[in-house]
Amino acid sequence: MYEIRIHSRGGQGGVTAARLLAIAAFRDGKHATACPFYGAERRGAPVVSFIRIDDKPIKVYSQIRTPDLVVVLDSSVMETVDVLQGLKEGGKVLINATHDVTLGDYQTYAVDLTGIALRLNLVVAGSPILNTPVLGAMAKMGIITVESAKSAISEMFSDERNVNAADAAFQELVI
Amino acid sequence: MLTIATGNKAVAAAVKEVKPDVIAAYPITPQTEIVEQMAEYVTNRELESHYIPVESEHSAMAACIGASVTGARTFTATSSHGLLYMHEMVNWAAGARLPIVMANINRAIGPGWNVWCEHTDAFQERDTGWLQVYVGTVQEAYDATLMAFRIAEHNDVLLPVMVNLDGFTLSHIMQSLETVSVGDFVPPIHLPHAIDTANPAGYGTLTGPDEYFKFRWDIERSMRDSVKVIQETEAEFAERFGRSYSFTEEYLCEDADVVVVSMGTLGKESEVAADQLRREGIKAGSMRLRWLRPFPSLDLSGRDIVVIDRDYSFGFGGVIAQSLKAKHRVDPFSVIAGLGGQEVTYDDIASFVKERRTGEEFWFGVNGNV
Amino acid sequence: MTEIPKEEYILKCTSACAGCSSSLILRYVTKAAGEDTVLVIPACCTSVIQGIYPNTAMNVPIYNVAFAAAAACASGMTEAFSKAGKKTNVIVYAGDGGTVDIGIQALSGAFERGTNFLYICYDNEAYGNTGMQRSGSTPTGARTTTTPGGKGHMKKDLAGIVAAHNPPYLATACSAYPKDLFKKVKKALAINGPKFIHVLAPCPPGWRFPSEKTIEMGKLAVKSGMWLLYEREYGKVTINGPSKAAMIKPLPIEDYLSVQGRFKGISKESIAILKSQAEKTAKRIKLEEEGIC
Repeated sequence: MYEIRIHSRGGQGGVTAARLLAIAAFRDGKHATACPFYGAERRGAPVVSFIRIDDKPIKVYSQIRTPDLVVVLDSSVMETVDVLQGLKEGGKVLINATHDVTLGDYQTYAVDLTGIALRLNLVVAGSPILNTPVLGAMAKMGIITVESAKSAISEMFSDERNVNAADAAFQELVI
Repeated sequence: MLTIATGNKAVAAAVKEVKPDVIAAYPITPQTEIVEQMAEYVTNRELESHYIPVESEHSAMAACIGASVTGARTFTATSSHGLLYMHEMVNWAAGARLPIVMANINRAIGPGWNVWCEHTDAFQERDTGWLQVYVGTVQEAYDATLMAFRIAEHNDVLLPVMVNLDGFTLSHIMQSLETVSVGDFVPPIHLPHAIDTANPAGYGTLTGPDEYFKFRWDIERSMRDSVKVIQETEAEFAERFGRSYSFTEEYLCEDADVVVVSMGTLGKESEVAADQLRREGIKAGSMRLRWLRPFPSLDLSGRDIVVIDRDYSFGFGGVIAQSLKAKHRVDPFSVIAGLGGQEVTYDDIASFVKERRTGEEFWFGVNGNV
Repeated sequence: MTEIPKEEYILKCTSACAGCSSSLILRYVTKAAGEDTVLVIPACCTSVIQGIYPNTAMNVPIYNVAFAAAAACASGMTEAFSKAGKKTNVIVYAGDGGTVDIGIQALSGAFERGTNFLYICYDNEAYGNTGMQRSGSTPTGARTTTTPGGKGHMKKDLAGIVAAHNPPYLATACSAYPKDLFKKVKKALAINGPKFIHVLAPCPPGWRFPSEKTIEMGKLAVKSGMWLLYEREYGKVTINGPSKAAMIKPLPIEDYLSVQGRFKGISKESIAILKSQAEKTAKRIKLEEEGIC
């Protein structure tokens, strides 16, 4: 079972990212469970969402304590949230950043999701859309196939800039 | 069709499939996705129901009652305080013998305000005459909702059915879902006592002490008859759609020395705990109770029983533990856990089993960690 | 020149969204009411804005109560304080849902009984706490999660409903005019009997506009005539300055509608209905002010 925790702020689409990832994993023929953790979800507040992916049906419902991968969509949450908490030894971090970052001893991948969104003018109510490009990044990391990522995105969003954003992130992320 | 959906959306999809005539509902966290989805289906004309955005839950149930007694198929959904606010009318619906189906998203009761999972809300309706089923997966939420309409509307039942989903823990998580074409598995509704202006009758009229008790017995008789209807419905569902359900979902119980009894998603988490315990040499099993009413006949003899109650009846005890004691003469280790969304992991459940003490009540997090 | 006290009763670190009208309104309400005040708050955004146990962002006692119960609970509290000879302000602070829908029974009863309390409804025209479903206060044509095609029915005339109970004081206000709100709260609290203030509370996530435009939105509402600022004291109506100006030269209501995502795609018929309602209300209130009714 592969466990992923996504950190973002309310209104940035972190919860939807988890759902998109679950759909993509499902299209890959895997079992997946996506779950937002709801505190009071409101615009601007840190939110956490979870996804589990496995080849077998998933019977665990309790929160992920030791993720294999931590995704940080908004690095400013790190001011108040310990995003690395519980991350397994050998676990990875994927962070939305303009330059390379090192976090603890963990293999950290950086990709400029915000830049990609802004370049494509993928902005809603003042916020750049990060949940569709991050799927492309995760496809590059091998968590889902890029075909399923695009299929999941097209299922949820009609604006094709979302698929383009995922493509761009796939190209840009260096593994 | 194979897809992926949240518990709430699965319920909405099932309701769409059975085409209710009237939907009357009021939003409350964590049920909101259901009412929003139904509104979208109706606005998009994917569903030809009449949708009433009522001003409160009491009115939601009252509107369902008014619609249902004309012979219409009706649906509503609520949670926690909403369910409690409609309590008077929940009673009325059963007494009126109306096959209303309601999804309840189990949530704790304030004060303090708490939007997370607890079963006490629906347990407080356990005396009303409603049938109640508790589901553990998104697929089951869909399947149970389809079956609920058929069971409620069956002439031997004609009682309302509540389908319960754990708040957030199931309502908001996404899992795979296979939707079906229900076809004649849920036949058209025919309410024998529907209002008929050609044959006028008084409904719910003043009923004196020499007659009233007969109506109460009538409800109980139908509740007992519903056992057979539930079994037949679930059997036919298995035949037509390939998924089997019964009064309990049992995992590794046949040779178990100790069985964990619980409801909702804890029943699935308990399966993971059972696997872990088995690896440690403890022959544990998990029994997930699906139907609260009618309360099932169970064979619990010959092994230790650990009950996890995600609820409490103050001054008395955990409702499931006490029900099993009363009905099935067992003396369980009664664990009170998960109230208000308290996190209960498979590790915690394994420790409840390992540290069990027959006949004792243990409040997780209050009396220590075990 | 109104002197606004510096003391803050709403502390930093509320859980409000960026640009929230409610926390702004509450700052001025509590400044006007002062320390000897209890706020009775039914389920609404402010139930969450207060923060999560064991912390609270509020420096006045808050009694949180069930959704339908605010005015009834406040009635009880008022009677108890009165019996004990206390002068503590009892203020219900409720959203539109808990006032005009599920809370209307209790509201009507409390007003009919002449309860000595202040009821403030902050109106973001939807059920904000649960994710923006429609309420009786949602305007025609507005998209909410339960009216995805735009609301067909009309916005309830809450002020009209309350006015029918003949309270000694009834006023409308708007979060974009905090000094006006402050004065109205102060005035209300000096009067004995049931008082009502209906405050328009533009909501960035609900109405779908950027968080920094809240004040601008409130001003647009008033300047376009979509929201009227007035007072009704013992039945006598006074229209307040910004609305007087708006009556002379209103901005087109399209200016107000076009900057909110909730009105995207609104039909011409709905716009006509909104316009006509706003004009009828303005005309009626103006006639009442002039003493012609």
